[in-house]
Amino acid sequence: MRTLHTFHGGIHPATHKAQSNQKPIAQAALPSKLIIPLHQHVGNSAKPVVAVGSRVLKGQLIGVPEGHVSSAVHAPTSGVIAAIDMQQVAHPSGILDLCITLIPDGRDEWIAREPCDDWKALSHTDLRHRLRDAGVVGLGGAVFPSDMKLYSHKHKIKTLVLNGAECEPYITCDDLLMRERAAEILQGAEIMRALLYAEEILIGIEDNKPEAIAAMRAALLDGNHQGMEVIAVPTVYPGGGAKQLIRVLTGIEVAAGVRSTNLGVQCFNVGTAYSAWRAIRHGEPLISRIVTATGNVAHPQNFEVLIGTPMNELVAQAGQLPDTTGYIMGGPMMGVMMPALHVGIIKATNCVIAASNKLFPPPAPALPCIRCTRCADVCPAELQPQELYWFAKAKNLGKAQEYHLFDCIECGACSYVCPSNIPLVQYYRFAKSEIWVQETSKKAADAARERHEYREQRIEREKQEKADKLAAKEKAAQEAKAQRASAPLPNPLPQAGEGANVADAPFDADPENTMQLKIQAAIDHAKQQATVIKPKNTEQLTPQQQAEIAEIEARRTRIRELALSSVNEHTKE
Amino acid sequence: MLSALLVMAAIAIALGAVLGFAAIKFRVEGNPLVEKIDAVLPQTQCGQCGYPGCKPYATAIAEGAADINLCPPGGEEGIHKLADLLGVDFKPFGGGNAPKAKAVAFIDEDNCIGCTLCIQACPVDAIVGAAKQMHTIIAAECTGCELCVAPCPVDCISMVEIAENISNWKWKYPVYALTPSK
Repeated sequence: MRTLHTFHGGIHPATHKAQSNQKPIAQAALPSKLIIPLHQHVGNSAKPVVAVGSRVLKGQLIGVPEGHVSSAVHAPTSGVIAAIDMQQVAHPSGILDLCITLIPDGRDEWIAREPCDDWKALSHTDLRHRLRDAGVVGLGGAVFPSDMKLYSHKHKIKTLVLNGAECEPYITCDDLLMRERAAEILQGAEIMRALLYAEEILIGIEDNKPEAIAAMRAALLDGNHQGMEVIAVPTVYPGGGAKQLIRVLTGIEVAAGVRSTNLGVQCFNVGTAYSAWRAIRHGEPLISRIVTATGNVAHPQNFEVLIGTPMNELVAQAGQLPDTTGYIMGGPMMGVMMPALHVGIIKATNCVIAASNKLFPPPAPALPCIRCTRCADVCPAELQPQELYWFAKAKNLGKAQEYHLFDCIECGACSYVCPSNIPLVQYYRFAKSEIWVQETSKKAADAARERHEYREQRIEREKQEKADKLAAKEKAAQEAKAQRASAPLPNPLPQAGEGANVADAPFDADPENTMQLKIQAAIDHAKQQATVIKPKNTEQLTPQQQAEIAEIEARRTRIRELALSSVNEHTKE
Repeated sequence: MLSALLVMAAIAIALGAVLGFAAIKFRVEGNPLVEKIDAVLPQTQCGQCGYPGCKPYATAIAEGAADINLCPPGGEEGIHKLADLLGVDFKPFGGGNAPKAKAVAFIDEDNCIGCTLCIQACPVDAIVGAAKQMHTIIAAECTGCELCVAPCPVDCISMVEIAENISNWKWKYPVYALTPSK
């Protein structure tokens, strides 16, 4: 028997799970349209590769991953692309994001898939590529591209933790998945183990899901999996947090700023393992997931839902009650309110709760913090929520960071127990995003400073180089002059008598003098040129041309006179 | 009595020598305050403060020649930071010096004649192009200083405001409506 460990704090909210885990997973009906956001994962948004009006098949790639951290997006069913535009997405802000709208044609026609009977024959690189191409991301809520997490070259991974804890109230999608599709989850875990070279797989499931535990244990025996264990962990919220589950199963405390992989542990959600198996074994990209539709509905149930299904069409199938005010994506503790009812289901949607005033009455007005520190007692990250609240409220962000604000997992346990009804997590979220923005602008400022300084340096250098070049030229000219002065050569230009004088004249340090000499030399040179160069085409001129020439000559003489008079005036002065 | 005086004098001379040596040996080059102020400034190099860049403005502040409320891109936040750093009172922006929304320059590439004037004006080398070739802005490096807008002879550069999107969205400060008690 394995000894289990405990983490600090935690709470026991009413689970409300029995409402939705009584019925098997149902296949959701084909919706009227699918609104598929191109940015459903951590990293860069996918780039659309289909045109409006084109027909796509089920499983066809419609968004290619861009850059290192990104993920592919596929058509969840066959149909016609109706639009590629900005639409409301499942995000608390209500800001529009790029989405592909697909109108299903009802035929649900698959594209040619590439199944694989023996994945062990594939190279690890190939496996990772297949996962990336299938758009497999973490389905526990973080939606981080899974292929990125399946490397073991940096750290030796000893333990692969499969997270089936599902600690948050109302949500039962992992519970049902484990009950019904345990064998495939375990097969997926085997692929992950191979990629990570992990020795053991620990599957943590909270002990309020006995059916899931039994199903997983049976599948483990049936599949003859070695080095794998299904472990019932105590039901404490937030026992399904990655750090908390790792702590409970292995006793390893993942410290602040440290990744669990540094300590030899990698963690995946059970749903991700299932999707990885479907992607590798059957060549099916991630185009659907299990979603719990619950809350203010007549028949709460889990559905296998196509990505992009409008939430209201899903909830309607569970029998939405008329007094529904809105939808919460996720659970009541960490979930976020949706900006509209018609937003599409995304890969991160594990649960849609129809909210009503009766179910979730508006929060009582917040009262002043009485510093009872109940929040500190329940904080699973062992933080001081009352201090963090204090600093976040005063916008003293530096101090909040000193109190390890970024170790907060936003589980909401503190707000749950707060006798003053203070929305603590909202303050932490505000402070975190404010710090993020400040840090990005600081980084941008540093980059701009560096570029500006480099530019200044470059301009300075170019100036210096130009000056050096001029100086060198001057020096060379003077040297040549000095040479001619010391060893008079036969004059190559006999006509330029005064030019010879220049050369003969001893080099004078007085710049006025040198300047005059230079001017004199230039004038002589011009005179000489004038004698040598004769104007061409001077014969057979028309009277008109002759008139023009006369006019030009007159202008020239006038200019010369003007120049002379101005020079004379100048000298008079 | 005399020996005591001598001892004290000797100590004074020795310590003086040490201090004198330290003053030369550990001399601080430049004004460290300038660096600190420069670190707070947003580095747009826009010259809206009346100085030809952030560093000259920082130098002017350090010398007491400039006010702390002359930097619109830094926003009120920037003034607060400068006030904290220098131990002076916060001062609101003067007339017509209010901060604008963040923006980046955009070149209408159909109209660009390739004169390179904007490239020469850009303080952070965020414009690429060559003579008689189309120019374009590297949006990620653009500080939004607007210095390239005026030199353009064909007015093909405009400033595009950076709209709020999913990746730069921030959680708002919690405010909740007060409902009158019944």
